[in-house]
Amino acid sequence: MNFAFSEEQEELRRTVRQFLEAKSPETEVRRLMETAEGYDPAVWKQMGQELGLQSIAIPEAYGGQGFTFIELGIVLEEMGRVLLCAPYFSSVVLAANAILNAGTDEQKSALLPGIASGDTIATLAFTEPSGKWDAAGITLEATESGGKYTLSGEKMFVLDGHTADLIVVVARTAGTNGTDGISFFTVRGDANGLTRTPLSTMDMTRKQAKLELDNVVAEPLGTPGRGWDAFSKTLDQAAVALANEMMGGAQKVLEMSVEYAKVRVQFGRPIGSFQAIKHKCADMLLEVESGKSAAYYASWAAAEDNEELPVVAALSKAYCSEAYFHATAENIQIHGGIGFTWEHPAHLYFKRAKSSEIYLGDPTYHRELLAQRIGI
Amino acid sequence: MDFADTPAEAAFRADVRSWLAEHLVGEYAALGPGGGPADESGWDVRHEWERVLGHDRWVGMSWPEAYGGRGLDLARQIIFNEEYARAKAPARLSFFGEGLFAPTLIQFGTEEQKQRFLPKIQRVEELWCQGFSEPNAGSDLANIQTRAALDGDEWVITGQKVWTTLAHRADWCFVVCRTDPESSSHHGLSYLLVPMHQPGIEVRPLRQLTGSSEFNEVFFDGARTARENVLGPVGEGWKVAMATLGFERGTAFMSSQLAFESEYAQVLEAAHKNGNSQQPFLRDELAQRYVGLQVMKFNGMRMLTNLVHKGVLGPEASIGKLFWTTWHKAFGETAMRVLGADALTVQHASADAYELDELHHIFMSSRAETIYAGASEIQRNIIGERVLGLPREPR
Repeated sequence: MNFAFSEEQEELRRTVRQFLEAKSPETEVRRLMETAEGYDPAVWKQMGQELGLQSIAIPEAYGGQGFTFIELGIVLEEMGRVLLCAPYFSSVVLAANAILNAGTDEQKSALLPGIASGDTIATLAFTEPSGKWDAAGITLEATESGGKYTLSGEKMFVLDGHTADLIVVVARTAGTNGTDGISFFTVRGDANGLTRTPLSTMDMTRKQAKLELDNVVAEPLGTPGRGWDAFSKTLDQAAVALANEMMGGAQKVLEMSVEYAKVRVQFGRPIGSFQAIKHKCADMLLEVESGKSAAYYASWAAAEDNEELPVVAALSKAYCSEAYFHATAENIQIHGGIGFTWEHPAHLYFKRAKSSEIYLGDPTYHRELLAQRIGI
Repeated sequence: MDFADTPAEAAFRADVRSWLAEHLVGEYAALGPGGGPADESGWDVRHEWERVLGHDRWVGMSWPEAYGGRGLDLARQIIFNEEYARAKAPARLSFFGEGLFAPTLIQFGTEEQKQRFLPKIQRVEELWCQGFSEPNAGSDLANIQTRAALDGDEWVITGQKVWTTLAHRADWCFVVCRTDPESSSHHGLSYLLVPMHQPGIEVRPLRQLTGSSEFNEVFFDGARTARENVLGPVGEGWKVAMATLGFERGTAFMSSQLAFESEYAQVLEAAHKNGNSQQPFLRDELAQRYVGLQVMKFNGMRMLTNLVHKGVLGPEASIGKLFWTTWHKAFGETAMRVLGADALTVQHASADAYELDELHHIFMSSRAETIYAGASEIQRNIIGERVLGLPREPR
């Protein structure tokens, strides 16, 4: 039994951290979060060409480096730490895995190399105005006529949906419900009949869009009507990825709190010497370290693609969401008034934590999934 | 990351499994896994079973072979614990001797001391208890007032210890005493090894809120032990005691998670039986406890990996203790909610006997866990100061 990262994996973390500290300081996060695109194309290009981050977990056969979900988890954790503004989660986590899970070999060969190099920005459009994160939320219908498919309906909360070049759309065959009739399609970002509207996101560091599709011609990805298993797996992988990303931010706010508690003096002593503050920090550490244990184990299950994945995906999403949000909330409290200002970065993490907690389903939703999966 | 057994470990696991299948039979098997180190139920049969374990050297299996051990690495100890829990084997009763005292002795003892004490722990011929807490030395453990002074070739001990688990069953006690009468706080303390069966010692049981009496007060009134029965240097008992506490917070409870898995299964079964597993809030609560149970397992595996790679348990062991005790208390409360109206009655309740089924026992006995071995508040101080480097409270 060995529950630790290898030396190579630690080296990857150091490299990514160094790069992101240089390219995504708070000033850049604040600059980009106020733009409509929400990312810096030059940094995105460097990520792809110099570090190969977009290609890290994509198989070599499709233009990737063929590392595992564990390496992907490390990269995401570091991105979460600095609140990197980039379409990485949408393109590399959501779209690439959906294509890997659903696509034919030919489709993977056609679509993945662009994502791996960073030349293509892709996303997955699945949620609709109902805000449901499961099969029942998919109502957008695919219509077939003479072997050609068209899509009509609305998708909401689509990460980077307004900037993506390639959109993987989850739709259903008319007259089906539940997990039956789920299909994947691909649509170009500039397709006829597609209207994309950026949303005013509570967390300004991660962009979302509303997509309205009006008879948009779409290419099936995999076998139409048989997409549920691939979709379910994509959601589990996304939950694991998000759990890892969240723990990077949680570790960062813990460090902010501890640093501040050491230097902020009240009543003639550092506030961190008071048990009221010290114990808050201790509880944050316990939750952050526990969240990392869950996230890392989940990464391993995703890398192995074993039967534990559905259970550990649900439990790590539930645990890490609560740990992250709690840490960001305590961080504001420990900082006092300054933590409530727009100028201080505490709110950026606080908002990222809440939006990550809700995105893909909140902890209650994931505990219900868990309950079903372990037979409660 | 790799969670699979090596071929050698798999072979060891098979050996453990077949040994248990062969020996865990009859009245031993009938005992079941219930209780913990502070549980006295089925004592005589458990004592006998412990000797069966000792005879085939499953007690002290990590120790060097020279002292009766098998010299097994941590990975194999964990495998043994996993198989032991899976077989629903009885709760161990060498906890204080094998789990706390022996590793401290191996770290600090002289060769003569190891030769004298380890084999008898290994063969389950001598049981130990822990003489740390006093009426005025709880969380402030350094405020120890029990005194010991040399009289010729013997230490003479006077004072009082409290919350001494299973002192009435023990043959020996490791007692932290003030040997420098001028000293205060953690200076001038020594870690003495004292035989329990002597006129200078009186053990009085304390009845706990569970109705049973595993805890005791121990009064030392001129109790004696030989001059050489001091572990570590005279006056440096604090350091030795901290090592014992490190084992208590870290490795000693390593296998608790496995016991909790079977407790969880029991509560889930009750929830299925009375339909409460379909009640939305309880369903969420049960899922939440399951999340905690698994996270505890993942934390434990990370802690053990560190232990194997770095060789020592760091202050992160405090995270483990804080986590499992908090979880177990919440789990006990969940168990009561799952039972619903059935939680209102216990097996027996009268003036002289208050008897609990296992779920009530978990609910009640777990209240002690966030207090003993360093209360949760103390664990948070340790985490805050030693892990996070926050300034100490001015004292």
